Amino acid sequence: MLTDLTIAAARDGLRAKEFSAVDLTMAHLHAIEALNPRLNAFITVSHARAVDQARAADVALAAGEQRALTGIPLAIKDLFCTEGVRTTAGSKILAPFVPPYESTVTANLLRDGAVFLGKANLDEFAMGSSNMTSAYGPVENPWKRRQDDTAVLVPGGSSGGSAAAVSARLAMGATGTDTGGSIRQPASFCGLVGVKPTYGRCSRWGVVAFASSLDHPGPFARTVQDSAILLGSMAGHDPKDSTSAALAVPDFEAACRRGVKGLRIGIPREYRSDGMPVEIDALWQQGIGWLRAAGAEIVDVSLPHTRYGLATYYIVAPAEASSNLARYDGVRFGAREKGLDLRDLYERTRAEGFGAEVRRRILIGTYVLSAGYYDAYYLRAQKIRALILKDFTDAFGKVDALLAPTAPSAAFAQGENMDDPIQMYLNDLFTVPANLAGVPAASVPAGLDANGLPLGLQVIGKPFDEETVFAVSAAIEQAASFTALPSLRAGG
Amino acid sequence: MTYTIKGSTGQWEVVVGLEVHAQVISQAKLFSGAATAFGAEPNSQVSFVDAAFPGMLPVVNAECVAQAVRTGLGLNAQIHRVSRFDRKNYFYADLPSGYQISQFEHPIVGTGEIEVELADGSTKVIGITRLHLEQDAGKSIHDQHPTKTLIDLNRCGVALMEIVSEPDIRSPEEAGAYVRKLRSILRYLGTCDGNMEEGSMRADVNVSVRKHGEPYRTRCEVKNVNSIRFVMQAVEAEATRQVEVWESGGTVMQETRLFDSGRGITRAMRSKEDAHDYRYFPDPDLLPLVLDEDWIAALKASLPELPDAKRARFIQSYGLSPYDAAVLVAEKATADFYETVATGRDPKIAANWITGDFFAAMNRLGRTIDNPPVTAAALGGLLDLMADSTINGRIAKDVFEAMVETGKDAATIVDEKGLRQVTDTGAIDEAVARILTANPDKVAEYRSGKDKLFGFFVGQTMKALAGKGNPALINETLKQLLSAPKE
Repeated sequence: MLTDLTIAAARDGLRAKEFSAVDLTMAHLHAIEALNPRLNAFITVSHARAVDQARAADVALAAGEQRALTGIPLAIKDLFCTEGVRTTAGSKILAPFVPPYESTVTANLLRDGAVFLGKANLDEFAMGSSNMTSAYGPVENPWKRRQDDTAVLVPGGSSGGSAAAVSARLAMGATGTDTGGSIRQPASFCGLVGVKPTYGRCSRWGVVAFASSLDHPGPFARTVQDSAILLGSMAGHDPKDSTSAALAVPDFEAACRRGVKGLRIGIPREYRSDGMPVEIDALWQQGIGWLRAAGAEIVDVSLPHTRYGLATYYIVAPAEASSNLARYDGVRFGAREKGLDLRDLYERTRAEGFGAEVRRRILIGTYVLSAGYYDAYYLRAQKIRALILKDFTDAFGKVDALLAPTAPSAAFAQGENMDDPIQMYLNDLFTVPANLAGVPAASVPAGLDANGLPLGLQVIGKPFDEETVFAVSAAIEQAASFTALPSLRAGG
Repeated sequence: MTYTIKGSTGQWEVVVGLEVHAQVISQAKLFSGAATAFGAEPNSQVSFVDAAFPGMLPVVNAECVAQAVRTGLGLNAQIHRVSRFDRKNYFYADLPSGYQISQFEHPIVGTGEIEVELADGSTKVIGITRLHLEQDAGKSIHDQHPTKTLIDLNRCGVALMEIVSEPDIRSPEEAGAYVRKLRSILRYLGTCDGNMEEGSMRADVNVSVRKHGEPYRTRCEVKNVNSIRFVMQAVEAEATRQVEVWESGGTVMQETRLFDSGRGITRAMRSKEDAHDYRYFPDPDLLPLVLDEDWIAALKASLPELPDAKRARFIQSYGLSPYDAAVLVAEKATADFYETVATGRDPKIAANWITGDFFAAMNRLGRTIDNPPVTAAALGGLLDLMADSTINGRIAKDVFEAMVETGKDAATIVDEKGLRQVTDTGAIDEAVARILTANPDKVAEYRSGKDKLFGFFVGQTMKALAGKGNPALINETLKQLLSAPKE
């Protein structure tokens, strides 16, 4: 089936004229038609536009012009502004918003010939780890528990729609954003490869901001090579983003073939938490074994400030969010509630437009920046953030990459972890340190838990050394030979 | 003399510090590519960044940074190699992002100073605390619709320099002199046009009062004062109010006030309790601003001559009085006008003409130095006619007025009106003889020692010559004939 192809295989098939870009896009649009009503992976499906883009891709292919992604159908997280296509950020407050501009990352993908199927569901303003906070309804994880296929599992979050779409073969790849684990955790929950590149590698211009210093655009795909192809297109210096790095984009795809022989892989001992499920620990040990067998040297390392990561993250991220979300006031764009005066208009618009989790984080963020609390919370969090970065810098003085679990559990069911926000925040335990430090990290599917649900391993690299992350990820992928399939998938 | 306010309990000293907001002259805004021209159609100079659309990011405009550095150099201030942009958070309809990007903890420019000239000829140094860059907000227009407020975002995101003085100012006069001097420096540098009536320069005036020798008392901030005259009036009005509060047994509360120029008083705007909690934090969308030493040096090397240096040069090379020099350098355009006139001519006479008849005509006609009543070249032409004795000083004044009126040059007017000076000694001798003959008693008085009558004879002779007589020749002839009586 066309929907089962990898991006790399589809690229070859298109070049060999085995099928057309329109064939490939139509196959995915049919899959969306069949499965999206249940999965709710897309908020907006841009059917006509996708077909037009596929036709244009066929014209280019006929002229012998094949770029990195010509004719490849993708899902775009609904946090990336797309010109002329509604962009909601998963929030009611942006329900009527149609951007008059294209984000740099999606513009780069279009430049390379990609076809956009539509806008993928997400937690509201990317705040969540389950996709349960979306104003457009939850997303169903295509994977089912072996013993209990009635339980509706979450795809993880915040990029839950992107992960579910790629997992269920509704798209060949997707964009996501990762602020505290929002690419890697859903990738782990849905049996996908998800890559959070180095901060500054992908432009944030045109991506609806959650926490500016932590937001990282990145790709989802079903293979390491596919994720490398996608990142290669998404990345690049953007003068419109002051935090974008003025560096050339390396050949990530080639890096996947490097192997790990002679690499030093660090195992951060602080990631071994007391409550860690046996299966997760066993998988981690398995991953260590695979890399050692592939010729890597395993080194014990310490990241002593890891345990402060989550607390630090939940101060810095809401602080920035409380300021970034001030612009949603009903005055210039998006939804507006009528008010008696300006203040009333603000209050009604924001009370009506934002969901509970977004309101909670705005309140937390406002609190930690307030006079009298700033030093105790925000300033201290920034100091710890610097120490966490130093932990990584020190560790990377000894090793080339780190190996750790991605998430503390497999996908949970809708309704679980919902009563206590802290319980939900614990999902980000292993992922937030890489966001705080800005270092690249990927999640690779490595095995299944006792319920037959996918589990990922996380590879963390040096700043701007995504190439090593891809090399190590490819080695794990090869050793794991992960072939399990989700229950809900196109043609499945 | 020290300025004080006399209250019922004695003399009160006034303590003033100023925060001046100066709009930076630049083609584009501080963080967006949008244009900055004044007076454009409402909302025609607004980018998606200015309107804070989702996903938009600020990118600092290097020219605005250069302007701030030039200004810092002009204020003899420290330039900070590393500074940082912070967000100042508050909700208002003309602030689309809900925060103003400013520099809170680490401004681009640190301490400096400027010297101001006072009316009694003395000078005083006023300390500069800091200068930082920030964005201006848009404009809320409340008077064009019965129930709605209209928003114009053209100004939103335009670069401002906030220049903060030390509380070194002690009188309304000093406050006015400070703003005038600061504006002069900014205009020389070309970093701000200083047009207070257009709002491109405005001042927040911090005022407190105290008895001599006391530590500072509580201050109030009078916001957005938009002329030098109002700055001076606001200082006086606010200080007087505070003296009354203290002397009636009350306490001055720290608050923000507005100056009501119509009534000449300040009014409370909001108290400290209602003050916003701005929740400042470093803007994560912007990296720290790091300046290269060589870049700063290059800006320094390219600075124009500033008012103090120019004044010193005018005193030194042109022999002007410190007062005349200060008047001439206050505006760069005036100084340039002066130098054009003075070049190749007597510099003192040029200065006297410009500060005298020329300024008088300019003020009378409501003209400016950029649109002067006579051009520098034309004024120079007039001075040349005096220098070569074509006309005398008295006639020159009439010629000047005719130039202002008709726009013709001096030589044309002199020819047309036949104002050429009488240098014919025969005509002068004859006129003098006639005057002496007609006034024998005065001649006798003069000869008996009443020297003052000499002026009378000069005046009479000049009158006889219709004002065109060469004064030197008249003097010479008079002296000769009066001292040698006919036997």
